[in-house]
Amino acid sequence: MTKIHFTLNGEKTTINTDPSRRFLDILRNDLKLSGPKEGCGEGECGACAVLMNGDIVNTCILPAANVSGKDIITIEGFSKTKQFTAIKNAFEEEGGVQCGFCTPGMIIATQSLLSKNPHPSDEAIRIGLSGNLCRCTGYDMIIKSVKRAAKEGDGLW
Amino acid sequence: MNTISKSIPKRDNEDKMKGTALYTDDYHMDGLLYARTLRSVVARGVIESIEMPKLPKGYTVVSKEDIVKENVVNMIFHDWPVFAGKEVNYIGEPILLLVGPDKSVIRDILKKTKVHIKPLTPTFDYSDSVVHKRFEKGDPKKAFENAHELFDMTYDTGYQEQAYIEPQGFLAYPEEKGVTMIGSIQCPYYVKNAVKRTTGLSDTKVRIIQGEVGGAFGGKEEFPSVMACQLATAVQKIQKPIKLIYDRPEDMETTTKRHPSHTLMEAALSSEGEILGMRVHIGIDSGAYIGLSGVVLSRAMIAVSGAYTIDNLDVSGDVFKTNTVPNGAFRGFGAPQMLFAIEMFMLHIAVHLGKDSDAYRMNYLAKQGDKTSTSGTFKDPIIMEKMIKRAKALSNYDEKRKAYEENNTFKGIGMSWFLHGCGFTGSGEADIIKGRVKLHKDTHDDVHILIAAVDMGQGPKTTLRKVVAQVMNMPIERVHYPNPDTRHVPDSGPTVASRTAMIVGGLCARAAKNLKNTFKPGEAQTVYEDYVQPKDIKWNDETMQGDAYPAYSWGVNIVEVDIDKDTYEIDVVHIDSVYDVGKSLDDRIIKGQIDGGQAQGMGYGSLEVMTHKEGSIRQKGYTDYIIATAVDAPPMTSVVMDNPYALGPYGAKGAGELTLVGGAPALGKAVEQAIGRRVTKIPITPESIMEMIDND
Repeated sequence: MTKIHFTLNGEKTTINTDPSRRFLDILRNDLKLSGPKEGCGEGECGACAVLMNGDIVNTCILPAANVSGKDIITIEGFSKTKQFTAIKNAFEEEGGVQCGFCTPGMIIATQSLLSKNPHPSDEAIRIGLSGNLCRCTGYDMIIKSVKRAAKEGDGLW
Repeated sequence: MNTISKSIPKRDNEDKMKGTALYTDDYHMDGLLYARTLRSVVARGVIESIEMPKLPKGYTVVSKEDIVKENVVNMIFHDWPVFAGKEVNYIGEPILLLVGPDKSVIRDILKKTKVHIKPLTPTFDYSDSVVHKRFEKGDPKKAFENAHELFDMTYDTGYQEQAYIEPQGFLAYPEEKGVTMIGSIQCPYYVKNAVKRTTGLSDTKVRIIQGEVGGAFGGKEEFPSVMACQLATAVQKIQKPIKLIYDRPEDMETTTKRHPSHTLMEAALSSEGEILGMRVHIGIDSGAYIGLSGVVLSRAMIAVSGAYTIDNLDVSGDVFKTNTVPNGAFRGFGAPQMLFAIEMFMLHIAVHLGKDSDAYRMNYLAKQGDKTSTSGTFKDPIIMEKMIKRAKALSNYDEKRKAYEENNTFKGIGMSWFLHGCGFTGSGEADIIKGRVKLHKDTHDDVHILIAAVDMGQGPKTTLRKVVAQVMNMPIERVHYPNPDTRHVPDSGPTVASRTAMIVGGLCARAAKNLKNTFKPGEAQTVYEDYVQPKDIKWNDETMQGDAYPAYSWGVNIVEVDIDKDTYEIDVVHIDSVYDVGKSLDDRIIKGQIDGGQAQGMGYGSLEVMTHKEGSIRQKGYTDYIIATAVDAPPMTSVVMDNPYALGPYGAKGAGELTLVGGAPALGKAVEQAIGRRVTKIPITPESIMEMIDND
């Protein structure tokens, strides 16, 4: 057991755990944050994604030790921001949500992309979301959602 | 006035985006135990003994010995055991569940468990027919006797994995001397009826609740019943809450997939090159158990002539049993296999005759009043000619088709025409499903839609609320549609077969009208509506003759490809499409169905390769079973043309499956043009293109 200190959704957090445990299990089981989902368990689908120091990271292949000293934001924390509201409105308008299982991860990926590239091209959006699998939409409406978020939320990033 | 097609925000969006929507694995209970499945590693054999380490306290084995009533999963054909009997019939077949408080301890025990199986010779080829069907239209014998020449081709299609992002799962717990289950499911009543049959529990003791469903595509139609029967048995024995969630490799290796198929098509041609008749045989691979494969075979056979009218048909098919993971429902349900074959065949006949393929097949395009493949009638208007014209204009098809004819451009454009029968095949709606919907108005005059239809992303929570609100002329905010819970909703049927909008929506519209006509302000009122087969729809299931579906939706797909000359990688440049779904109940939701279906159709045609080696599925995750990413997926343009269906709500017909079924043949034709070789097999891969080119 090891004490691991990090910031979770703006709050200083300490966990005492086996440092090799998957961070996804800690979020879902210990901290009861069920927004990040397990779709594949091998870092392919991105449903478990969170922001770590502002970058997207797949928590299903992230050992707990790696979050030490880091700033972690899950969809639960991110959903309280202005950026989230802009992304949410855009996904709603463009139909970016179907079954919703990939959605928290997609929104995290969108934030990670727009925070570095506030005016992405279609191609940059496609590349930026390529670590997140969606089986419902065929992506077109998600790409348009991200584009709209960048436009309507201009200045937030 | 608002038209029904105008998009509104989806009801379930907000919770899903905030991450607060509860999927099955998001539910927790005190004292929760976990279950994991011990499986066969042999394709066929007799179980001789199971050697398991001594179990720590709190860990329990649940096996066939614990089944109270019947070791069979209630499906359309009842041959699938809940747990393997004396014999195992495929790699991955469930033998028992191990239940306990710690997942890693369970894994460890299962790893150390040895199952001794005496191997028997497995079957992997199409030799053991377990279902055979045949029907004729017109006089095929005479057509073939009068033929100037015969032309035949064979077509093969592979597996396809549903690859919903949320794996299969249930949480079950004891309640009032019965079992309650929360699950990721399409068909609450399929699960309920299966659990009743296996556990022997009475109707009021089995309760099935739908959690949010993270994608399904048919994969959560019949398969969840297998897991549910196992888990319900565990709860009966242990009397504690237990969760059974598959991880991705387990889900991919052991749950149902789209049936691989092999189709032989023969055409009897006149001296002028007219099609006098066709003789077609399709074989589908059911895997180890039949389940609903017989119905998949029916839908495939009925789709035999696609969007065309062929006067004389001799159609037969077989379900072949093999010692592989059982195959099952997947969006399209047999139609994608046959539509690939018929669309490619119509092209290949024209090429064989040296005729322009689009002009040639236009002679056979089905029209209102024509006889269907099963000698029923296309009763409603067919607007395919207009749709084809529109699609061609969208993509500049004629010009591109001509330009890419030049050799060595490695570019191609292909167009598919197709239809999809809406609702259950044949008399299924009237004889098997007997759907019933319930509307309840409370004392505040809010209306509650109480049906078993599941919103798994396709949007009925939005569209059916729109229908009821519009019929009753009330604000949509006051129409509610909770997730189905079998304690509160009647059996409106499974969420399958493109039936929810048209059939269940139609019943909801009629119930709403009834409620409106009898409206008593401030009083609680409940109305029911039961499915009644339209009078002019006649079907004989034995002979497969008559109207196989009450209505058909139609589509045109145009796919453009650019193939890398060195690597033979296929880049799908663009998809243009036009659809007739009667009337869209929400344009944005329909576009979502179109885009998603087409992406899956492209995957079926090229990207998604699944194979087995001696019965062992070789693809175990998204690393080796490739579904499109945002980079792979093509841009898409689509148009929906109105053609209202009299008995659908506001004219709506089915839309969910239609959008997938035409993708692979349009892609196949585009690739065929690009490489100048006959495409007869999907998925088309860089390797298969290389073979075609090298073998020339």
